[in-house]
Amino acid sequence: MSVAEIQETEEGYAGHAAEERRRLEKTWAFSSGFFGWFMEVSHTALGRRYIATAMILFLLGGIEALLMRIQLARPENGFLDPDLYNEIFTTHGSTMMFLFAVPVFQGLAIYLVPLMLGTRNTAFPRLNALSYWLFVIGALLLYGGFFLNTGPDAGWFAYVPLSGPEYSPGKRVDVWAQMITFSELSSLAASVNIIATVFKHRAPGMSLNRIPLFVWAMLVTAVMVVFAMPAVMLASTLLAMDRLVDTHFFNIAEGGDPLLFQHLFWFFGHPEVYIIFIPALGVVSAITATFSRRQVFGYMAMVLSLVATGFIGFGLWVHHMFATGLPQLGQSFFTAASMMIAIPSGTQIFCWLATLWSGRLRLNTPLYFVFGFVAIFVLGGLTGIMLASVPLDLQVHDTFFVVAHLHYVLIGGAIFPLFGGLHFWFPKMTGRMLSERLGKLGFWLLFIGFNLTFFPMHKLGLEGMPRRVYTYLPETGWGDLNLLATAGGVVLGLGVLTFLINVAVSLRSGEVAGADPWEGETLEWAIPSPPPPYNFLHLPTVSGRSPLWENWEEQPVVTGVESHRREVLVTASLDAEPDHRDILPGPTIWPFVLALGVGVTFIVAIFTPWGVPIGAVPCAIALVAWFWPRGDMGRYELKEKS
Amino acid sequence: MIAAPSLAFLAQWTGRHSALDPAGPQAERIGDLWWLMFWISTGVFLAVLTALLAAILRRRREEEDAPGPIAPEARHRLTRVVAGAVGVTVVLLFVLLFASVGTGRALGSLSSRQALTIRLTGQQWWWSVEYQDPVPGRMVTTANEIHIPTGRPILVQLESRDVIHSFWVPNLHGKRDLIPGHKGEVWIQADRPGVYRGQCAEFCGHQHALMGLLVVAEPPEAFAAWLEAQRRPAAPPVTPAQKRGQKLVETLPCALCHTIQGTAASGKTGPDLTHLASRRTLAAGTLPNTPGHLAGWIVDPQSIKPGNHMPANTLQSEDLQALLAYLGSLK
Amino acid sequence: MRRFSLLLCLLALAACEREERRFRELPPAAARGLPVRVSVLQPATPLPGPNEPGPYAANAYGISEGKRLYQWYNCSGCHAQGGGGIGPPLMDARWIYGGEPENIRDTIVEGRPNGMPSFGGHIPDDHVWKLVAYVRSMAGLAPKAASSGRSDHMAARPSEQRKKPEEPGTQEARHPG
Repeated sequence: MSVAEIQETEEGYAGHAAEERRRLEKTWAFSSGFFGWFMEVSHTALGRRYIATAMILFLLGGIEALLMRIQLARPENGFLDPDLYNEIFTTHGSTMMFLFAVPVFQGLAIYLVPLMLGTRNTAFPRLNALSYWLFVIGALLLYGGFFLNTGPDAGWFAYVPLSGPEYSPGKRVDVWAQMITFSELSSLAASVNIIATVFKHRAPGMSLNRIPLFVWAMLVTAVMVVFAMPAVMLASTLLAMDRLVDTHFFNIAEGGDPLLFQHLFWFFGHPEVYIIFIPALGVVSAITATFSRRQVFGYMAMVLSLVATGFIGFGLWVHHMFATGLPQLGQSFFTAASMMIAIPSGTQIFCWLATLWSGRLRLNTPLYFVFGFVAIFVLGGLTGIMLASVPLDLQVHDTFFVVAHLHYVLIGGAIFPLFGGLHFWFPKMTGRMLSERLGKLGFWLLFIGFNLTFFPMHKLGLEGMPRRVYTYLPETGWGDLNLLATAGGVVLGLGVLTFLINVAVSLRSGEVAGADPWEGETLEWAIPSPPPPYNFLHLPTVSGRSPLWENWEEQPVVTGVESHRREVLVTASLDAEPDHRDILPGPTIWPFVLALGVGVTFIVAIFTPWGVPIGAVPCAIALVAWFWPRGDMGRYELKEKS
Repeated sequence: MIAAPSLAFLAQWTGRHSALDPAGPQAERIGDLWWLMFWISTGVFLAVLTALLAAILRRRREEEDAPGPIAPEARHRLTRVVAGAVGVTVVLLFVLLFASVGTGRALGSLSSRQALTIRLTGQQWWWSVEYQDPVPGRMVTTANEIHIPTGRPILVQLESRDVIHSFWVPNLHGKRDLIPGHKGEVWIQADRPGVYRGQCAEFCGHQHALMGLLVVAEPPEAFAAWLEAQRRPAAPPVTPAQKRGQKLVETLPCALCHTIQGTAASGKTGPDLTHLASRRTLAAGTLPNTPGHLAGWIVDPQSIKPGNHMPANTLQSEDLQALLAYLGSLK
Repeated sequence: MRRFSLLLCLLALAACEREERRFRELPPAAARGLPVRVSVLQPATPLPGPNEPGPYAANAYGISEGKRLYQWYNCSGCHAQGGGGIGPPLMDARWIYGGEPENIRDTIVEGRPNGMPSFGGHIPDDHVWKLVAYVRSMAGLAPKAASSGRSDHMAARPSEQRKKPEEPGTQEARHPG
């Protein structure tokens, strides 16, 4: 029984509560049946699917990484030929950046943000479904291409002219370009949804300074996505047009410029790193608070650091392009900006350390992952400062040193918190606990395997081993460290395998979790696990930063929101005062149809420009159906609130 | 896949192929910056780890169990500690920023009026090297091997004929991209004689991995002698085998892509072979320049570097021997 | 449904053929089947031409390599970018010595009177086939999905993938004789 329910019972409304629950269950029911599966708009269902799909792509990307490690284990290894190696490393990078890291955290946000805010769904449920289906079709496009020997092979960055029509014949790079546009469309849709939900659907009383840090992180990320993704969509679309309809955006002879592509790409590409790891910072805050049983130290400093990171993140893209040759002054500016971003990151690390210091630690698996995160991420951040320095960057740019650095910040900074978060919220999502024993074993395998794999790469880079090489000569002396890295990769793989076994076993026979196994801080722990389709029996109100730690039983709830239709409370952006009621749409097939239409547009456009008009037809039909007026769109004044 | 390395090949690189074994003033500056950053970073990393361990292992009092905000008196103390740590971070960042900008300025200061100018053209997947000279007849063209005199600044002009490449010799300097349509240049200088390996550092297609080059730094006199030798046209064939070999070069596909000064071979697509035998490596720093490796490369280049633009050549044994004899005479 | 899956299989095969990067050379050219015709005139009902599309006919990599070789072997010196100059144009539908892949191969290898050099023995066989594939793509005779897009040069004409094959005969008037 949830806390809200207990309260109801005490006040003598047991019968009323049961009736309310029955009506809510009927109104908000998950859609069922074969077609229902494509019509789902519930944020918990879509969030779970998002995470599961992204994890499958993580495994595919991981398998590709292992294949590359096998090839590089020995000098002049013949396991993969250069052509296949190039396809694999491109697919690995594209998968991990575009189809795993961003979507998995967006899935986590879609799942958790409405729960933490105390509402019943995201602001735009159908947009939610659209972004999921777009993401799935983008992933199918990339892997369909890959298995048809049409996998992109020009790198996840696809620099022109190598990726242009002259040096990348066939359709491989077109698949990449369309997949990028596609998956970024999905990210944009998800971000708009998250932003609107955070600003307008918070529980009454949750003013801006009471929003959980996890939600803040997701909000900052979503805003960054809105500004960063259009740049890369532009780059990929210009590339696709250069390749397909003979435009000359990147053709020097006709006045184009290959450097333009790099600027557009990195104007997205650097914020992308923060788009991936800011959500992870939110996860770290949530875990740290719960398992040290203290509010995170320095809430204001944390929020300001997140926002500052979001801003500064847009000012350092050029440090990926130092070797192209830029004026000294410009370089110094970007060096300073790149180093400056260490200040907010450092501040957050210090605040977590302060929280851990003053807290009463419960050493469960999620907290282990936070410890791992601190150790790895700090090292990655420090090598990041080195890369910000122009002279040093000129030496280590595009070498294995950078490979080491980026995996330290992305695996350490994002994957470790993600795994911690999955261990943390698994009970909420499934109703069962993960095994602590397997969890800790998995942690140690991941931690040791990770460092074995990537630490030696720092040295390899300084010794002159460039990135993206399918082999190397024995005389270079890089063989031993590469073999060590490959061995580490195997351990890392075992760690992921342990996690999968843990999930599989726990889903069947894990300990039943109950509503709040960890004594959590935020609203998602106030409802049963897994959450019912309507989330909260009574929409909650809050009067502090840690609602479940502050006299939760005496907290009033919202009444007056109709339960016979999908009604939710909309609150004011700043102080979350109740504003009006809104009705959310129920299950519908049109987002799926629209995603298919967009898919047809993009995939046919790889082969002929006629794809655009052809695909416009199903898109138009789906959009008309989507926006067909529903009689009940009216808004209602809020009548009462207890 | 590639024939086993010979010991001689190994011995050709003096010192380690490493950014931390500088042979020139620029790599040395960058090396100093690296060590400064390395030690500061190590210090910071150890400090954070110590703080983390201390936070985990700290003994705690019993009454602290209820979840909630941090106690006010502890918060005051922690605020001071965290603010101090942020302050130290800012100070350290300023130290690093100034060190970095200072190093950058020092790197930019290398130049000279009487510099030796070399034009380096990158293409898939080898390097064309051209020693500039006001007199066109005294220009020297070679491939995949740059000779430079020690102690003298060299201006390397960078161009690309196809996609983006990047010129990088870790022992001498950081990298600089070769971008089609953009003229780039970089100054290098070697202070001690030696052979330093360089490699393309920007992904450029199938054979990006094996697009290497050598920088041979030698005393000025030795360099001058080398340059003089390179200015001469190809040595005329002497033995009957060599004569037959030259004929073959001129009639076979070779001549359509390669140049040998003083013969009918004048193709510009592939590396200049006028002084092939004087070079240390074949196939862009991939194979040691021995007759055996050369034969393997001519007959089946695609199994050594799949995807490169050299076609396979089917030759009778005696033709191949003649070809090798001739190419071996091109000192 | 079955027809649909068959179509999918065909698509898949087409994709694989288009995207294949074959680095190792081919075995020596296969023995000839039908005679190679240098005239379009035949007595009675025309027989189908020699049905040898060449190894790179639908292979994007081969065609793009052919495009590079076209410059490197200086084909452009006479035929320009397909529009012709000293030599005849290659992007129209008029083939003096036949437009089948075998014909073009023979033209390159054997040479033709009035200036076309014989490249046999000077160019490896597999390069000849790549040139054949490229020359046909210039006239719009290769699959569009495998043909080259624009090159990184001044645009003198639409790229091969945008080129529509011309109707034979329509340009007779343009190039009399």
